[in-house]
Amino acid sequence: MINRVVKNAEEAVKDITDNMTLMVGGFGLCGIPENSINALVKKGVKGLTCISNNAGVDDFGLGLLLQTKQIKKMISSYVGENAEFERQMLSGELEVELIPQGTLATRCLAAGYGMPVIYTPAGVGTEVAIGKETRKFNYNGEEKEYLMEHAFEADFAIVKAWKGDTAGNLIFRSTARNFNPMMAMAGKITIAEVEELVEVGGLDPDNIHTPGIYVHRIFQGEKYEKRIEQRTVRKRN
Amino acid sequence: MLDKNGIAKRIAREVKDGMYVNLGIGIPTLVANYIPDGVNVVLQSENGILGMGPFPYEGEEDADLINAGKQTVTLLKGSSIFDSAMSFGMIRAQKVNLTILGAMEVSENGDIANWKIPGKMVKGMGGAMDLVASAKNIIVAMQHVNKAGESKLLRQCSLPLTGVRCVKRIVTELAALEVMPEGGFKLLERAPGVSVEQIKNATEGKLIVEGEVPEMVL
Repeated sequence: MINRVVKNAEEAVKDITDNMTLMVGGFGLCGIPENSINALVKKGVKGLTCISNNAGVDDFGLGLLLQTKQIKKMISSYVGENAEFERQMLSGELEVELIPQGTLATRCLAAGYGMPVIYTPAGVGTEVAIGKETRKFNYNGEEKEYLMEHAFEADFAIVKAWKGDTAGNLIFRSTARNFNPMMAMAGKITIAEVEELVEVGGLDPDNIHTPGIYVHRIFQGEKYEKRIEQRTVRKRN
Repeated sequence: MLDKNGIAKRIAREVKDGMYVNLGIGIPTLVANYIPDGVNVVLQSENGILGMGPFPYEGEEDADLINAGKQTVTLLKGSSIFDSAMSFGMIRAQKVNLTILGAMEVSENGDIANWKIPGKMVKGMGGAMDLVASAKNIIVAMQHVNKAGESKLLRQCSLPLTGVRCVKRIVTELAALEVMPEGGFKLLERAPGVSVEQIKNATEGKLIVEGEVPEMVL
């Protein structure tokens, strides 16, 4: 079996250089590659374009890379809950492209499935459609207009899984799955950090979410804070 | 006049047995509290859950298990987890029967604006554009007028659109209305204690009033 293991986050991100495009997995702070983000902060690479559904919060997740002004452009669907992000966006320091969440997910999927474009109805008739090719198709008994959207191209995809094996096979846990499987398929080079790295044979092939063919580097994260963005509970009675 | 819970309670009457339902952030989330016993529905959360349950008991929060509003939640028996591409796949393929979401503005032809106030607020559309572009049945939960007292039910939206000709029903603190295929807000019901005159004054778009308009029964 091919061995995809690297020592740690620093080694995994060693050849990420200025002005590259990165996909970063996670939804909010759930399922984000914490260790790789920290390694990028330490490395100090600049001018990054990040494709990620959200931009973290001020002092966690991608918010850390925003604080150090290492990100030039964000491609996201929702960027609330981050004051520094808003400041940089309104002052023009940070370029922001907002796209529908399903479009974002499917543009990753298209990259991993080897399809150059997708057609989606999301954004038809809105400013998202400006400058884009549209076509009418019949679907589900209805003729509608669809927007053509391109598969993403990213130098690196950085994802976080629950378990992985040395061959790069990945299993995600609960809603920390989110964008991680599609992004894992979509990077020219994909880095996966996992909570638990096991030897080959340690995972049931029937339960693999992402096959190792898509994963070029894998390591076990040193530690996970797993911060909760909105702790909502009910009382026992 | 209805409060937020009242609006949610009225919308819950539109939720039918056997539906898969996506609830947006805010008032729509409250709808889950008023679905009558015996009406079996499955809640979809677009970050990748079917069968979303209530908030966890204190001490049982799981950082890996959140809803689309990033709140900690639980899973019901029979639930499933999937990735974001599949989540929007089932939305686009119209497997989700009902979408309930908030809005800043709705126009009389069913256009909706809810993601951006140029120069003021730019948080992003999240999954809203995907949902409104594909869902066959869209109910908007919103206040009838904004904080400045201006109508949010308009001839034409002034804010950047989220989707065009897609909203089917609207429930506000004043009324339940239907967006007609040929345009216009048809007044279905008045909120308790609210007159047709009050609703007319709060609606900038074309309001269609036919005969005696019943008061809501909650």
